[in-house]
Amino acid sequence: MTGVPGRGRICLALSAALVLAACAPNEPPSTGAPATMRRLSNDQYRNIIADVFGPQITVAGQADALQRSDGLLAVGADKAEITPSGFEKYYAMARSVAAQAVDPDNRASVVPCAPRSAAESDENCAQQFFAKVGRLLYRRPLAPAELALVLRIAGEGARLRQDFYGGLEVGLVGMLQSPQFLFVVDTLEPDPAHAGKQRLAAYARAARLSLLLWNTSPNEQLLTAAEHGELDSAGGREDIVEHMLSSPRVEAGVRAFFEDFLHFDQFETLEKDSVIYPAFSVRVVEDAREQVLRTVLKHVLDKRADYRDLFTTRDTFITGSLARIYRVPTAKPEGSAWVPYEFPDDDPRAGLLTEVGFAALASHPGRSSPTLRGRAIRENLLCQKVPNPPGNVDFSRFESADAQKKTARERLALHSTNAACAGCHKITDPIGLALENLDGIGQFRRTENGAVIDASGTLDGVPFQDAAGLGRAMRDNPATTSCVVQRLASYALGRNAGGGDKPYVDYLNQLFARNDYDFLELLRRVALSEALFAVKPPVGASSGAPTARMNP
Amino acid sequence: MSILLPRLTTRRRVLRSVLDGAAITLALPFLDCALNGNGTALAASGKPLPLRFGTWYWGMGHTPGHAIAERAQTGPGVGFLEETAALKPYAEQLNFFSGFGMPLDGRSNYTHFTGWVGNRTGSVPQKEGEIANPTLDLLIADTIGAGTRFKTIDASSAGIARENYSARSTESRAQAEISPVALYTRLFGADFVDPNAGTFQPDPAVILEKSVLSAFMEQNRDFSRTLGAEDRRRLDEYFTSIRQLENRLALQLEKPEPNDVCVRPARPAEPAPDKLAQAREIPNVIETHAIMAKLLAMAVACNQTRVFNMVFTDNFANVRKKGETYTHHLLTHTEMIDPSFGYQPMAFWFNQRCSEAFAVYLATLASIREGPGTLLDNCLIFAASETNYAKLHTIDSIPVWLAGKAAGRMKTGLHVVGGGDPITRVGFTAMKIMGVPLRNWGTKSLQTSKPISEVMV
Repeated sequence: MTGVPGRGRICLALSAALVLAACAPNEPPSTGAPATMRRLSNDQYRNIIADVFGPQITVAGQADALQRSDGLLAVGADKAEITPSGFEKYYAMARSVAAQAVDPDNRASVVPCAPRSAAESDENCAQQFFAKVGRLLYRRPLAPAELALVLRIAGEGARLRQDFYGGLEVGLVGMLQSPQFLFVVDTLEPDPAHAGKQRLAAYARAARLSLLLWNTSPNEQLLTAAEHGELDSAGGREDIVEHMLSSPRVEAGVRAFFEDFLHFDQFETLEKDSVIYPAFSVRVVEDAREQVLRTVLKHVLDKRADYRDLFTTRDTFITGSLARIYRVPTAKPEGSAWVPYEFPDDDPRAGLLTEVGFAALASHPGRSSPTLRGRAIRENLLCQKVPNPPGNVDFSRFESADAQKKTARERLALHSTNAACAGCHKITDPIGLALENLDGIGQFRRTENGAVIDASGTLDGVPFQDAAGLGRAMRDNPATTSCVVQRLASYALGRNAGGGDKPYVDYLNQLFARNDYDFLELLRRVALSEALFAVKPPVGASSGAPTARMNP
Repeated sequence: MSILLPRLTTRRRVLRSVLDGAAITLALPFLDCALNGNGTALAASGKPLPLRFGTWYWGMGHTPGHAIAERAQTGPGVGFLEETAALKPYAEQLNFFSGFGMPLDGRSNYTHFTGWVGNRTGSVPQKEGEIANPTLDLLIADTIGAGTRFKTIDASSAGIARENYSARSTESRAQAEISPVALYTRLFGADFVDPNAGTFQPDPAVILEKSVLSAFMEQNRDFSRTLGAEDRRRLDEYFTSIRQLENRLALQLEKPEPNDVCVRPARPAEPAPDKLAQAREIPNVIETHAIMAKLLAMAVACNQTRVFNMVFTDNFANVRKKGETYTHHLLTHTEMIDPSFGYQPMAFWFNQRCSEAFAVYLATLASIREGPGTLLDNCLIFAASETNYAKLHTIDSIPVWLAGKAAGRMKTGLHVVGGGDPITRVGFTAMKIMGVPLRNWGTKSLQTSKPISEVMV
């Protein structure tokens, strides 16, 4: 047989190391989506303020929360608007931040120069300040007109207030309420490799990387790298991504993704009945959320362990307040000091699903809910849509039996007798019932109303006997990994990675499997992928829109 | 030349900005706003009273047969039954609407969502979470809301900020104030100008702030041209928000008309941590609601806003009694009907609390004397839930109240029977009374051009 040898034959001829390299999947081409703008999340806002002005600055209050779309707040950011009351909040935050940034305690570290006189304007010093701060806030250098405007405002402000720093404060308020700070904009620039085409501008690429990996705006170093074209070459970009991934700041990026992925914004409104669950408290809410995140961070960042093992791991952290819920002794029983903790082999708990954070969040205020838990697993962790309850169900047939049945399993069994209910409850309940040994705040129990709890069931045909067994079934379910891949791709792109993105998501799935489900490696590959920067001109843009002006 | 020079302002004074060279005209307060042609006089100033509009929301509907006595046709006299007995003292200030339909045109009933969206926007959602058109309070605010510090104010005692039922669209949904202290600070904090203060000195800092906003807005319009059509629309919403803040700042530079009805209320106490952690326990919800009702009523009396939205319990009624495993919502679906009563006793108990809270709300508005009547006389309150009978998720015959006299524009004391007409007739009627220039409202089978003449003066 003659001709070009097949790819498989080439692979066989290479060394083992080269085989891996040669057979690694290639990223499929991506046309991207139209350029858009995304509203900052509250955490991103706070991170940026701390980065630019210092961690001592208090961000009082918070803006309206983003709305979740396609499973992620980060996708909702792509559509988020600023309502009048929402703007009021941003404006109040801007006033507070600006006042603190230039107050006598902070001005020395924030303002890079000393004015000729603190009682009057000094355009030279103000220019140094706004050129530096504006570049960080707008994620690009200020255009000449933008700098001129803020200098005029600062000058007028200083003159009226007879205070140089008062002038800076006024100008800063203006910048902090500007859409160019509050929205991350996909600015475009001419693509030198494709005449007549445009590509994501270098500064906008830096912003995408920084928000993905560190959940904040690009710092001066990254902006300078973008300015010098270091993000234009594959090698330069790889160096930058490696640097960012090796920084401790990557923890903020990974934490932000998992908070979004796990729907942890729901903790903001989590309440439990104080009579039914006296061990529950505001402290427990905070610690339960943090415990899951610490478990995840240790697993995927410190140990670089297989993502799937998050559903079976016994390795976690604990505080005194959580120890009371788990009913385990700790070296530091009081307060919120974190200590590593490993559930013993004979403990029924194993994996994220058995931690208080998951069990309590997917429950009612006064009782557990197999349906809510099953739905959370299906929708949040397996990316499977559970239909809403039909709008015309007559619940009368359940009522009398509901009061007589002792366990949730017995009560929910009635739903299988109603065709309208059975379709969805068959999706949620068998896996939710596996967690019934955990009550509404995650405390272990063997019985409910005196009846022994049966936690057995199946997940997509895989049988299990208890919560730990469900964790093992989750670990081995292909949807567990494909879901986190799909969500991470959506999170990075800022839109739902579906439809036309399927080849890209398939490519990431292959990479994830080849790299033993190492989440950090997956994140690295997303950060290096061409898809991350692929955009098209916005739909309906004004002809001759001065996009280049945004990137001086 | 500078606009930033602090100086005393008078009505109709125009500030000119050197920053952008554009004239900045202060919005004219109070006097030049939409006024009620039938309005009575303010005690202090002798000027006509403005129209005011409020909404009030509760979750889980009511208990058919135990809330309001059924009627075959429209007529005077609302038959208050045991669930709504608390509202009986306000019979002459209320209209009740029953028998109006919510045709879905083949779309799904997204439980606890479709009902309020259809009722307040005139369009039922095509997909989960969709709010295709503005809610009626915002359309009314566009008509009567100018000239006050806040075009609308949203508050909720249900403890969930995002569960607010005022929206321009799916993505532009106002979040409610859920903290009485935050609501107080916004309404009566440092930026509040007491109309009865002996002296008035415009704050130069406010002049400065307003000018900065204007200057940045002009620059940001250039920025808008770099965006796609959808993002430009989003930015337009941002610009609208800035303009509202500019108007608010402009009003802070005006000496308000004297208003002897307006008394700056005391700052509410910070809630104890244990109450804060149990915000949706029903006694705490009731207490929060009462505080917020007072703040909202005085904000209206002080002309801080003319459109105000209050949520007592949210559409999933996450409220509960201490020590009970079921929330109000869960009870409506799982509690047994007691044959001796003919209803679910605990769910009914929560429904009673909703009626009582509405009565408290009305009492609060009625407690403020305004001209020859009360503040309630000069308001129109649109109160509705998202379902008729929560146990069955029914959305036909959703209970709706219109309360107040709308400054002489609305007849009250009627039970209006819809006979299956679209429920949008009620909202359309409210908007017509408020002077919204609409010929019709709603989409598909919910579209109507027929206000309910029986309640219109």
